[in-house]
Amino acid sequence: MSEIKKIATRESYGNALVELGETYSDLIVLDADLAAATKTGIFKKAYPARHIDCGIAECNMMGIAAGLSITGKVPFASTFAMFAAGRAYEQVRNSIGYPHLNVKIAATHAGISVGEDGATHQCNEDIALMRSIPGMVVINPVDDIETKAAIKAAYLYNGPVYIRLGRLATPIINDSRNYHFTLGKGVLLREGNDLTIIATGLCVAPALAAAKELAKKKNIQARVINIHTIKPLDEELVLKAAAETGKIITVEEHSVIGGLGSAVSDLLSEKLPTQVLKIGIQDCFGESGPAVDLIHKYGLDQEGIYKTINDNL
Amino acid sequence: MNIGKGLVRVDKLELQKISNKIRSNIIEAVYSAQSGHPGGSLSAADIFAYLYFEELDIDPNDPDKLDRDRFVLSKGHVAPGFYSALALRGFFPIEDLKTFRHLGSYLQGHPDMKHIPGVDMSSGSLGQGISAATGMALSAKLSNDKYRVYTLLGDGELQEGQVWEAAMFAGSHKLDNLVVIIDNNGLQIDGKIEDICSPYPIDKKFEAFNFHVINTDAHDFDALHKAFEEAKEVKGKPTVIVAKSIKGKGVSFMENAVEWHGKAPNETQYKLAMEELERAGSLLCQK
Repeated sequence: MSEIKKIATRESYGNALVELGETYSDLIVLDADLAAATKTGIFKKAYPARHIDCGIAECNMMGIAAGLSITGKVPFASTFAMFAAGRAYEQVRNSIGYPHLNVKIAATHAGISVGEDGATHQCNEDIALMRSIPGMVVINPVDDIETKAAIKAAYLYNGPVYIRLGRLATPIINDSRNYHFTLGKGVLLREGNDLTIIATGLCVAPALAAAKELAKKKNIQARVINIHTIKPLDEELVLKAAAETGKIITVEEHSVIGGLGSAVSDLLSEKLPTQVLKIGIQDCFGESGPAVDLIHKYGLDQEGIYKTINDNL
Repeated sequence: MNIGKGLVRVDKLELQKISNKIRSNIIEAVYSAQSGHPGGSLSAADIFAYLYFEELDIDPNDPDKLDRDRFVLSKGHVAPGFYSALALRGFFPIEDLKTFRHLGSYLQGHPDMKHIPGVDMSSGSLGQGISAATGMALSAKLSNDKYRVYTLLGDGELQEGQVWEAAMFAGSHKLDNLVVIIDNNGLQIDGKIEDICSPYPIDKKFEAFNFHVINTDAHDFDALHKAFEEAKEVKGKPTVIVAKSIKGKGVSFMENAVEWHGKAPNETQYKLAMEELERAGSLLCQK
């Protein structure tokens, strides 16, 4: 068996921009002095005139994006999640969200997998912030194939979209020949009727592996759902899983306050009260260290996910 | 050079009459809402009159036409002045101004581009409008469009860091299709701007950000005309027009009075203000 191919979703983003840029001349890419890290540098190389580096001024960049959008361009504003959703929150809310502008915010370096930079740069709150803005679409793709499809879907969708991307190279779990991305529709990755694991982004692959381990060691058949679009949430798929399997476990590289776990809990508490176990960052800041070690420490790898589920059976 | 050439669309007396009407409508709107910002609306009334009746290439019958000039009210709280100018210019009925800030009205407390004809950008959170205007100006440059972009800021607003992020960007990108206007009335909610956190010298700051700087009188249409014509001739730099104004201008008891930043007149004050503006208006009609 060949080794599983890994690529960071930020890299997929840069590549997707180049592909889209060839077809769509109204696509403009903005960055805030992080073109090498966000991978918009790939686009800059291909289309220098359509890449605008705004400098280290993320709040202004969101306003520039708003102005471009109003005058018919489709801007992708790129920076780290901490600065896109955190620092520029109010600009995103008032200058993009309130007028419902056609701006795409591509936020890389989300979550603790930023690694060595530590807590100041590890944004575990961006999903919570962005999903609270009326009309904002929030996407957290799992791998290279899904990211490229998501970037194209975001371009074709008319309205504000927040796309959460990672720094760390992660395994490709989708098959490019069969993969079809639909905004707002979750992906059923594994059948099972004992419980359901709902995961997003970087946590999907280890969640799937943990489900296989549960089957092997405990004879528990876990259903696994990949939720790439956190808002609007695929309510039908989540409700069906809750009805058919009972217990729900959510897994995300994000605070358990306000992220996928909260979105699922909000839905279930209203429409089908079901016990939800939220695996994620447990209301704390991150720290410096290699990404893989951090993911292990915070219980978001296969071992951690398996253990937390097993301990709570 | 257009400098020295007379006003193109309307004459000076007509502009004075229009700004007098804008002022009356500001008082009507704020009185009707029992809420809103009369002081800064009145200081900017002549600027609104000049922009909407002389300067901007716009069409009230086609408010979304693609090649129109753009205007962003970065100091969004002076919506009463902005809305009055738009209504008088024919973007929506003047009588609707009485619904300003009322529940169910499209005339929101701060400009809402989704529901108000003629509003190019939603605004109100200070410092953000100038960035959007800068983005529009950049957009025109990217696609070789000829429209120009104007944005009006308060002087207190200059305390927002985002203003300087936008100014650095506009200067750096040589956006000579952008005109930033500062309504320099010298007052903010808590007092005199220089006592709270002084933005002075405003002109030298913008000059350092690679702007062409014009200092002018916000209440003199000849001076405004000269300033806006000069801005059109500038190449390779954005222009800032620092317009010295009087907060509350035209209603004597509101002039230079900090308490009229965001307060509605009571019935007695409303009548006093309207009488004074009517007198000023009839004097203009005798000219």
